[in-house]
Amino acid sequence: MIEARDLTKVYSGKVAVDHLSFTVRPGRVTGFLGPNGAGKSTTMRLILGLDRPDSGVATINGKRYAELANPLRTVGALLEAKSVHGGRSAANHLLFLAQSQGLPKSRVDEVLDMVGLRDVAAKRAGTFSLGMNQRLGIAAAMLGDPQYLLLDEPVNGLDPEGVLWIRNLLKYLAGQGRTILVSSHLMNEMAVTADHLIVIGRGKLIADSATGDVIARSSEQSVRVRTPDAARLTALIEAEGGRVTLSGDSTAGAATLTVTGMPAPRIGELAASGSVVLHELSPQLASLEEAFMELTSGSLEFGEHGPGPMAAAGSTAPAPAGADSAAAADADGGNR
Amino acid sequence: MTAPQPVSPPGPVSPAGGLAGAPAGTRAGFGHLLLSEWTKIRSVRSTVWALILFVVITIGFTVLVTALITANWDKGRGGGGGREAHVAIIADPAGFLMGAGVGLGQLTICVLGALLITTEYSTGVIRASLLAVPRRTPMLAAKAIVFAALILVLAEIVCFSSFFAGSAILHSRVAVSLSDPGVARAVFGTGLYLTVLGLLALAVGALIRHTAGAISTIIGVVLVLPILSGLLPGSWGAHINAYLPQQAGSLISHAHQQAGDLLSPWQGFGVLCIWTALLLAAGIYLLKRRDA
Repeated sequence: MIEARDLTKVYSGKVAVDHLSFTVRPGRVTGFLGPNGAGKSTTMRLILGLDRPDSGVATINGKRYAELANPLRTVGALLEAKSVHGGRSAANHLLFLAQSQGLPKSRVDEVLDMVGLRDVAAKRAGTFSLGMNQRLGIAAAMLGDPQYLLLDEPVNGLDPEGVLWIRNLLKYLAGQGRTILVSSHLMNEMAVTADHLIVIGRGKLIADSATGDVIARSSEQSVRVRTPDAARLTALIEAEGGRVTLSGDSTAGAATLTVTGMPAPRIGELAASGSVVLHELSPQLASLEEAFMELTSGSLEFGEHGPGPMAAAGSTAPAPAGADSAAAADADGGNR
Repeated sequence: MTAPQPVSPPGPVSPAGGLAGAPAGTRAGFGHLLLSEWTKIRSVRSTVWALILFVVITIGFTVLVTALITANWDKGRGGGGGREAHVAIIADPAGFLMGAGVGLGQLTICVLGALLITTEYSTGVIRASLLAVPRRTPMLAAKAIVFAALILVLAEIVCFSSFFAGSAILHSRVAVSLSDPGVARAVFGTGLYLTVLGLLALAVGALIRHTAGAISTIIGVVLVLPILSGLLPGSWGAHINAYLPQQAGSLISHAHQQAGDLLSPWQGFGVLCIWTALLLAAGIYLLKRRDA
């Protein structure tokens, strides 16, 4: 498992990571979620020994990263920042990494096959698209067949097909019992990829629980109901303590109601008992994004007293945390 | 997860422990790191270009300068400056030959040495390098050894080629042979000087981390500092000048200690080595301490 204990990092007076502690367990995909500037990349750099923490310690399998023998065979990492020489071929980039770990040259071809870059292996990495570079980064991470994977924003720059590929790869690797920490500011991507979520804001831990729990706990669930007999249904629901708001115009003879404080099955039962016709009865699951906005409101940079978290966050981050509502399909380079 | 899978399921990922090579528990040896750094050096075009430039400039300028001086030998005889130059060449023809092309050629070695580490920072490869070798010192040590070995071999070839080409041209005016006292040491020593100078540039690159800053600094050290210190008055000016890394190190290219030299050729080379060792130590210290 990956363990962060009381990690703190200060860059020139600005606290990037603030006494952060969490544990990443094997056999599942753990999402590492937070708005831009929350400290996700910094935390990963601290775990990987690239930066030195001001306090606390991060361990992988009980050891600090620098203590690992042949670290690439234990930990694979994809960093958000580029780490490839544009003038070097993909194959040579992977080759020098493989050689440093005593891995055979054949392993380079294996990972190139795995990420689908075999045909362009001899091309200089500088000619690669963002998506191809991302695949090269994944290949480098998988080079040592590691039990631990840390991926920082891996779907950035990938087309929908690539996003799906990463998603399946992560689930497949987690299914093999590996420990996987994957960061993202794309909430909906995390909702379908991660089994467990660690949410941070301003370098502090906000939530650490199962993805479903994070959604369920932090947002009230509502049910959308369409009925031609809005008045009678409203009366029935409110008699049982539910709250009803009229949320749509009466079109085609039916009104749209939003019900909170009552689960969909009970609404259906009430409607049946009162012989009210329903055209639609659909539970509205709070999206992870809404849950996320709720969790991190107040923790966004400069966001506490601003007109709203999105508008406020926009001043520091090119892609405000809340703006990525289109999720996976929108990940197609749109956030860079 | 509703869409049909357009790509084949991920894999093949070989099962854990299925990799050949060194077992995961024992650290890959230093030999693996040397191999890794060799792959880094040879797989980038800038290395190849810098080395080609070094060969062409050093041998080319030795031939060119020697040919011009030889051809104009009699014309220069009337002027005082020409006579002084001739006296110096006659006194130490090997030293002249080793300075003629190396003076410019050494800059390509300096640039390459600095680039070797600064491009790791500018391209971000340093992160990949340090993830692979998190203890950091072995990475820089392997890089320095591979670079030094490469430059030593190439520089010796270039220095001896320059000497033979230059002495053949100079022969009609001044005869010099490898078997003359101090000459073989001067030629071989110039290759050593270039190698250690390259390591000095590598150390400066590791300290400064930015390409432009590192190259400006090393060129300042090699070209500008000797001129500035030469302007200093008195004997302490002369002492400072004598102990500058480039001034001291290049003494080894002279066949014998000249009248005004404070240091012998080997002492001078030793001073360069001390400078380089100190800067490399500082580079390693900072590499280990600083965030990457």
